[in-house]
Amino acid sequence: MEHSMINLTLKIWRQKNAATPGKFETYPVKNISIEMSFLEMIDVLNEELISDGKDPIAFDHDCREGICGACSMYINGRPHGPWHANTTCQLHMRAYKDGDTIVIEPWRANAFPVIKDLVVDRTAFDRIIQAGGYISVNTGNAVDANAMPVERDNAESAFAAAACIGCGACVAACKNSSALLFVSAKVSHLALLPQGGPERKSRAMSMVAQMDKEGFGSCTNTGACEAVCPKEISIENIARLNREYMMAGAVSDK
Amino acid sequence: MLNSKIPAGKMEDKWVDYKGHCKLVNPANKRKLEIIIVGTGLAGASAAAALGELGYKVKAFCFQDSPRRAHSIAAQGGINAAKNYQNDGDSTFRLFYDTVKGGDYRAREANVHRLAEVSANIIDQCVAQGVPFAREYGGLLSNRSFGGVQVKRTFYAAGQTGQQLLIGAYQALERQVALGNVEMYSRHEMLDVVMIDDKARGIICRNLITGELERFFGHAVLLCSGGYGNVFYLSTNAMGSNVTAAWKAHKKGAMFGNPCFTQIHPTCIPVSGDHQSKLTLMSESLRNDGRIWVPKQKNDTRKANDIPEEERDYYLERRYPAFGNLVPRDVASRAAKERCDAGYGVGTTKQAVYLDFKHNLINKYGRTEALKQGIENPDLETLIRLGKEVVKEEYGNLFDMYEKITGENPYEVPMRIYPAVHYTMGGLWVDYELMTNVKGLYCLGEANFSDHGANRLGASALMQGLADGYFVIPYTIGNYLADEISVKPIATTHEAFEQTEKAVKDRIDTLMNIKGKQTVESFHKRLGKIMWEKCGMARNAQGLTEAIAEIQQLKKEFWSDVRIPGEISEMNPELDKAGRVADFIELGELMCKDALQRNESCGGHFREESQTEEGEAKRDDENFAYVSAWEYKGESNWELNKEPLEFEVVKLTQRSYK
Repeated sequence: MEHSMINLTLKIWRQKNAATPGKFETYPVKNISIEMSFLEMIDVLNEELISDGKDPIAFDHDCREGICGACSMYINGRPHGPWHANTTCQLHMRAYKDGDTIVIEPWRANAFPVIKDLVVDRTAFDRIIQAGGYISVNTGNAVDANAMPVERDNAESAFAAAACIGCGACVAACKNSSALLFVSAKVSHLALLPQGGPERKSRAMSMVAQMDKEGFGSCTNTGACEAVCPKEISIENIARLNREYMMAGAVSDK
Repeated sequence: MLNSKIPAGKMEDKWVDYKGHCKLVNPANKRKLEIIIVGTGLAGASAAAALGELGYKVKAFCFQDSPRRAHSIAAQGGINAAKNYQNDGDSTFRLFYDTVKGGDYRAREANVHRLAEVSANIIDQCVAQGVPFAREYGGLLSNRSFGGVQVKRTFYAAGQTGQQLLIGAYQALERQVALGNVEMYSRHEMLDVVMIDDKARGIICRNLITGELERFFGHAVLLCSGGYGNVFYLSTNAMGSNVTAAWKAHKKGAMFGNPCFTQIHPTCIPVSGDHQSKLTLMSESLRNDGRIWVPKQKNDTRKANDIPEEERDYYLERRYPAFGNLVPRDVASRAAKERCDAGYGVGTTKQAVYLDFKHNLINKYGRTEALKQGIENPDLETLIRLGKEVVKEEYGNLFDMYEKITGENPYEVPMRIYPAVHYTMGGLWVDYELMTNVKGLYCLGEANFSDHGANRLGASALMQGLADGYFVIPYTIGNYLADEISVKPIATTHEAFEQTEKAVKDRIDTLMNIKGKQTVESFHKRLGKIMWEKCGMARNAQGLTEAIAEIQQLKKEFWSDVRIPGEISEMNPELDKAGRVADFIELGELMCKDALQRNESCGGHFREESQTEEGEAKRDDENFAYVSAWEYKGESNWELNKEPLEFEVVKLTQRSYK
């Protein structure tokens, strides 16, 4: 394994809080091991800033294993940086060359207001789930888990959709700030399973309605969301959501 | 003074009898009772959902931006349940027995039996919620094996089981939010418990966006705040995982059980340098198909694939022929350390062993696929290609993650792995009802001490979190709240709230006013180093005594020289971290004291003074068959209480996996 060190220039969005306008600040960082993760590189910068008596950069992160969905940096114009099917926390500095300049911004979307620096408010996603992203089954109601066989292909497609980590990269990548990939992943996950059948119609209708209410834009099928999704959620899910939505609208009796 | 409240009767009847006789709260009264839940991982989210469904008024809190991000989400391999769908001899009794044995006989039998009993209900509930577990072609659920057992009872969703279970619980929780039964407070950190007349009646939180302190009342408080592995700085825990909620409760009187019982997981990606901020687990399920080895020759510098078969030491298969690569975690970790300490380690740091998939990829999966597809006499290339496809399906996300972190392709070269801190069996002491010794204060999931003894078996953490939340607390809390129905909600202007908030505010002010030179992170790293070296995989009296003195010194330095930037009344992650590290420092001292008094080896706790001639852990049942429950008595001062462990069903034997 190579142990080379690189020097970089970072241009990072700094914003004290939601009420104060933000701006870019430039920071040189030196002797960054290419084995570091991207967030470890920010850790190094933050330790320097604190030692110099400056305010460190606020950013969301938690598991650093690419599964919790907390990290959310828009890196050189791309959510989660240059690697395919990846989160910022799993991006490693091998991706960069000595002397590179890296521009780091928060997710940009009206429905995701900035809280501080690179931290945004994504509670809109929770409210979309509240609108119907579940199966209404109280604890204790369940029948034996093997009582209802599920076709393996459907189970796997449901799993692929359920792999969404709710990070919001799809919204950040979309020129309309649409959340349709996120919504369609949840609708698909539940619609593909027999257990989700009884609420299919109301779920599609109410989740889409909540998405609109939160101020996310419309989908114009550019596919940017799919291209940046760390979990490779397919836009086939959007097609499925559209079918679910149309069916629900056509036959809805409520 | 410690009353574990274990119901009388035969082991298999205890829980049934308890449920049949515990007090109930009628639906109209449930609506008048408020419950606070801190933490929204599997235990917290499932408890919030289940209690909301029952009609209680629930307030749930998490420090993350959404309850869906709790660290349960990162659990990879699976969840155990005694379903016996494989017809391979599994039963409630076997799951109970395996768990007690796996925990090296330091868990409470009655709690473990209940866990085994409700395990099957958990799988039913999760499937009903839409958790997409792996399935066979016939549409029924699939199982895999895990360490420490000889049946296949683990349900899974690729390498993302924790994620799928947590999303299920999160969705159930959000449904209750929509119905108005649960109020969710994200980006809120609990900083103290409010006690009124010796009962837990509320909490003080810091709003992590505004920095304001907020007060919340509850008839009962449930801590579901996870484990404290981050006391070691480097662990597989999330960056935010912390002991603060449990520690504040401890300082308010809740006893801390078995703090030194730490699980070091054998298969993690090794440390690559000083910059390392956390360690990443490679699921135990990989030991189903991966074989662990080191070169037979010391300091062998050849590449893994250049070392011929006869020059490899498959040391787990050699030492433990019955369980082989599937020995429990504590045993596998110590065996890896033994080989590396003896000079057989691999990689640049020599602190790693190989986990190799080639054999099973070719022979197990490649050949089965070839047979299925009717390919006669397949060549090696075909076998590898076919095998890879199956391995990708089983573990694809783990292999991808390994490659991103290390830059090496594990389909081609063996993984390099080394043990890392993963889970803490210790936690707040709770009785059979999951109540701490403080009335009205409960503790669920990893945050309590109860079910895993001195070593947790793989795929049992998810089981315990969901058992506690979905199927235990809904019954046991009623037994307490039934006597609280006449208690009106207490206004948060009550003097107990005033005083507690003031104490929290004073501590924050003190921290901010130190204005020293050293960063919070640097203190955390130093604490971690002391803990890993002297209270890690092997412990001895001298090292532990030194560690206690070093930690006390570190604490003094922290409180006189820490530098926290920014202000109190704003989002300030460094301030959040400072409070957590201050608590970790105090906990570290207690862990060392606990490890020092337990002069026996059991499970993950390995005292060098107590080992067999073959270097295996040697228990001392005569002197140490108890739970150590520590009571806080002031700075650096604790009193040890002992809950004797009585084994009615399982016979204590020296654990053997040979």
